[in-house]
Amino acid sequence: MTDTTNAVEIDGLTVRFGGVVAVDNVSLKVGSNELRCVVGPNGAGKSTLFKALTGQVRPSAGSVRILGRDTGRLERHEIARLGVGVKTQVPSVFDGLSVGESLYVAAKRRPGRNVTGVVDDLLQQLRLGAVRDRTVARLSHGQRQWVELGMVLATAPALVLLDEPVAGMSEEETQRTVELLRDVRTGRAIVVVEHDMRFVRQIADQVTVLHRGAVLCEGQVDDVLSNSTVRDVYLGRGEHVA
Amino acid sequence: MDPLNISFQLAYSIALLLLTSLGLAIVFGMMRVINFAHGEFLMIGGYACVLCTQAGVSLWVSIWIIAPLIVGAVGWFMERLVIRHLYGRMMDTILATWGVSLVLTGLASIIFGQQQRGIVAPLGSFELSGFRSSWYSVALIATAFVLLAATYAALRFTRAGLLARGTMQNAQMAEALGMHTGRVYAWTFAAGAAVSGIAGAALAPLTGAVPTIGATYVTKAFITVITGGAQALTGTVAASVMFGTVSELVANLATPVAGQVALLILAIVLLRLMPEGITSRFFRRSL
Amino acid sequence: MKPERRLAIGATAVILVLLLGAPMVLDIASVVNLTVFLIVSILSLSMAWVWGVGGIFTFGQSAFYGLGAYAYALCAMNFGSSDLAVGAAVALPSVAAALLGYFLFYGRVSGVYLGVITLTTSLILYHVVNSVSGADFRIGIVSLGGYNGIPGVPPFNWPGRPGEPLDFVPFYFLAVLLLVSVYAALHWLKSSPFGRSVIAIREHELRAELLGYDIRLYKLVVFVIGAAVAGLAGALQAAWAGFVGPEVFGIAFAAQIIIWAQVGGIGLLAGPILGCILVQALTTWLGQNQIADTQIVLGVIFVGSVLLLPAGLLPLLRGWISHGQEERR
Repeated sequence: MTDTTNAVEIDGLTVRFGGVVAVDNVSLKVGSNELRCVVGPNGAGKSTLFKALTGQVRPSAGSVRILGRDTGRLERHEIARLGVGVKTQVPSVFDGLSVGESLYVAAKRRPGRNVTGVVDDLLQQLRLGAVRDRTVARLSHGQRQWVELGMVLATAPALVLLDEPVAGMSEEETQRTVELLRDVRTGRAIVVVEHDMRFVRQIADQVTVLHRGAVLCEGQVDDVLSNSTVRDVYLGRGEHVA
Repeated sequence: MDPLNISFQLAYSIALLLLTSLGLAIVFGMMRVINFAHGEFLMIGGYACVLCTQAGVSLWVSIWIIAPLIVGAVGWFMERLVIRHLYGRMMDTILATWGVSLVLTGLASIIFGQQQRGIVAPLGSFELSGFRSSWYSVALIATAFVLLAATYAALRFTRAGLLARGTMQNAQMAEALGMHTGRVYAWTFAAGAAVSGIAGAALAPLTGAVPTIGATYVTKAFITVITGGAQALTGTVAASVMFGTVSELVANLATPVAGQVALLILAIVLLRLMPEGITSRFFRRSL
Repeated sequence: MKPERRLAIGATAVILVLLLGAPMVLDIASVVNLTVFLIVSILSLSMAWVWGVGGIFTFGQSAFYGLGAYAYALCAMNFGSSDLAVGAAVALPSVAAALLGYFLFYGRVSGVYLGVITLTTSLILYHVVNSVSGADFRIGIVSLGGYNGIPGVPPFNWPGRPGEPLDFVPFYFLAVLLLVSVYAALHWLKSSPFGRSVIAIREHELRAELLGYDIRLYKLVVFVIGAAVAGLAGALQAAWAGFVGPEVFGIAFAAQIIIWAQVGGIGLLAGPILGCILVQALTTWLGQNQIADTQIVLGVIFVGSVLLLPAGLLPLLRGWISHGQEERR
């Protein structure tokens, strides 16, 4: 039986900060089992769009529906409780806690009682078992990103939002993240904001390109990337795009 | 209620808050440092004024030249010894400067004794259609605004002010351009201290000098500056106006204590509505 | 067993033995003085909980302490018994904290701005309590006394027996019992699932929110628990001194609590207790011997502690002792 509720439905979303329009009348839909990448040059509004989904920023106009609920007036933790897992651009992790404790705190939120089991499984999946008792502050950058990913997955979310998950990672670490995402994508929707195009190519079902706060183009990875307007925008030539 | 009387009282109340908060505002606005020894800067300024005037120096020289030099020097040393190790650590600066405040108060008690020392306020009194006051009170109000204008002008129109603002905005960039940021911090803190010195000295003829006088002013100054928000000059002015007005009006309608309490309640309400101060919501691009 | 854990258990055992045995070796006056150290230790524990565990920097613990003291005094003097008065001393600050906390945390006020509001609230209480002198200001049969305070506050009585006050030594043991109980309770809370959530929130609020935690509610609960503990200490203080006055709401006292916590270190529950004992002992000794000005010494210690030992004294001591133990092996 197909689940027809979209994970994300954004309709006419506009976000203004003072005089600046960061997101301009954006509409997009993400299916319940889709992996969507949102790309675009710097300043395109990707982060703001992302924050409108997490609840860190309120819409100035338009609506955001997540897993069937209108989230415009919800608090961040209420949105999270709908079944949304978020990984932020700057890793937001518990520096003073150990890896195991961090995952425990996250897994506690999940319905069901087997918290320790969930933590053990995650440590295995993320291959962080060896550093279970190490303080997160003392991990490498890539490992911190994975701990954050682990915390996100620990809550068994129906929608996963990732803001630049492979920023600062080595080739090897990026590849592992690709595998990880492929492993966990069944039964959930994932929205990824990214710069790294090779990464995007490997994981995305669909890609949405933003430019100056508006949707420039949307479609399959290869189609979008071979679109001349998109290429112009990335190379700085697309100043007068309709 | 006599409008002249009320206007004067309001102006005085606002000016007093402004005067006693300005030094703290400069340091907070420029350096994000909350200096809990600010009250002691006022105290030292007061002693400078009283002692020098008693020794025969002109009152105006004591207030405008001697006090700022002395307190500015104290501030400079304090920055170099204590503050500069704690940049970015706002809580720690509050705690450390509180410690310095205890030390300064203790030293003053030992050196000057606990007794209040005073001098007579000059200029005499005047009367205007039934309203009576002293010229010195008028001078005090004027002092507050002169200091405010001077600070604003210095920051906006002088080269030193520009350097200071640049360093505060982006220290790394300033260093890359060859500025000695350590020196800028030290001098800015000293400038804030000097302003506090002038304020304390100007108040001395009315309040006298006593080692514990700092405590009387520091909490209100702290509350005023924080409620003002990050754009400290404008914020402190806005907060002083609101607090001065409300406290004076309530004090007139009820009791002085009620006036104080009204000020405090207003502060809580304002901070609740604007959790990062008045200038986080209004006048955001001001100084 | 890890060396730190062994050290902690050993130290606790030694301290307990010393505390319980003290009345047998000390004279009554010393026992009475020791009692007040226990009382302020409970107050420091409240700061260790709210600031150390909860990450909430507040000037308000002295206000809750004061509310507890006044609630005890008014209740005990009106009803002639300490039984309900202790309950009132815990309840009033808790309710006040719930209201103030709701106002603060649900208003998303934090950091230095929260500090300012808690400071301002203490000041309001100070002004109000200080000014209600005169026979008109009374609650029941007790005059509030304004800046004079309320004298003649009765001591604790044996539970259920209003006519039988606790003597000095039994009161001392009660203080020991309460200190140990509160410490144990807070320690247990800290390692409970609730406590671990609180610590996570302290570490990174946004991350905790994104995991679904309602941080406003958690902080509110932490704040109320801290106020209850402070209120309990206030009741003990009022009973011990036989007096309550508005000074307890002043910033000098609020500052002292913060100094204790900073000097001892807020990383561990026992840190502020250590800081409190050291600072209070030092100030008392200096005051008695006139060697140096108390304020200057206190100020220097405070500045030194922030600059040189930002994590406080207790972690340092702990490190020395367990390092010493390691070397001996």
